[in-house]
Amino acid sequence: MSLFYFVAFLSIFFSLMVIITKNPVHSVLYLVITFFTFTVHYVLLNAQFLAVVNFIVYMGAIMVLFLFVLMLLNLNKETEPMKSVLIKVIGAVAGMCLLVTVAGSIRAMEVSDPLILKNPDIGLVSSLGKVLFNEFLLPFEISSLLLLTAMVGAVLLAKKEQKSI
Amino acid sequence: MEAATNSTPVDYLPILLQMLVAVGFGVTTIIGTHLIGPKLRTENKLSSFESGIEVIGNARQPVSIKYFMVAILFVIFDVEVIFMYPWAVNFRSLGMEGLIEMFIFMGLLLLGFIYVIKKRALEWD
Repeated sequence: MSLFYFVAFLSIFFSLMVIITKNPVHSVLYLVITFFTFTVHYVLLNAQFLAVVNFIVYMGAIMVLFLFVLMLLNLNKETEPMKSVLIKVIGAVAGMCLLVTVAGSIRAMEVSDPLILKNPDIGLVSSLGKVLFNEFLLPFEISSLLLLTAMVGAVLLAKKEQKSI
Repeated sequence: MEAATNSTPVDYLPILLQMLVAVGFGVTTIIGTHLIGPKLRTENKLSSFESGIEVIGNARQPVSIKYFMVAILFVIFDVEVIFMYPWAVNFRSLGMEGLIEMFIFMGLLLLGFIYVIKKRALEWD
């Protein structure tokens, strides 16, 4: 239990560092560390497939994509948008709304009974595979269509068409 | 049934230790070289090394979108490979049916790959 609190503290600390730090590249690197602490959470919950997916796809691939997007942007000082007073006021109002929502939800919160899983092995890779290839076969095959759509969309958006064809 | 797949979070302790050793080695090496090595800071030494050519501008130049193409295609195929882990673990119990199911999945993504190749999206013109 104390391990959970330690890892939860690390998660909150590094996710705060993501928004506090000024350098966007450092921000992305802190986000990687935050995702790593999430992986530790998944392992502690015995959700091992999620842990592996989080480690490989989120930490490995998607964060690299984030870095690429940062490189695509022009981050020179002179191109930074002017932070006008209006934007600051809107930001303050939005932050206050979020604060009120969080405070209200904490007031309404109550501790529920701990949920005990009937089968503690439910998050393992093999038990997930048994479910995925029997009951959830159709969503699995449709997800390949989703990936295909993403691929075609990416090519369509990023590839310049030749004029001669 | 219950003995075969009985793995707990404690099983991940060796992986955590290995990561700690790897990160610890890197961090101690960096800190150690800073402590041991001599400190001579001149303007030429602190400028970034570009194979002897004078530095022009800074590193904050927007890169080509082609790098992004490669990265996003990598992510998509990474997700495909992720789906193969639960399939590979259950390969024997799923049998022929599972093989066909996976081939449909992979075939659809292969169509996307053929589309990418035909569109010459990965070519560096």
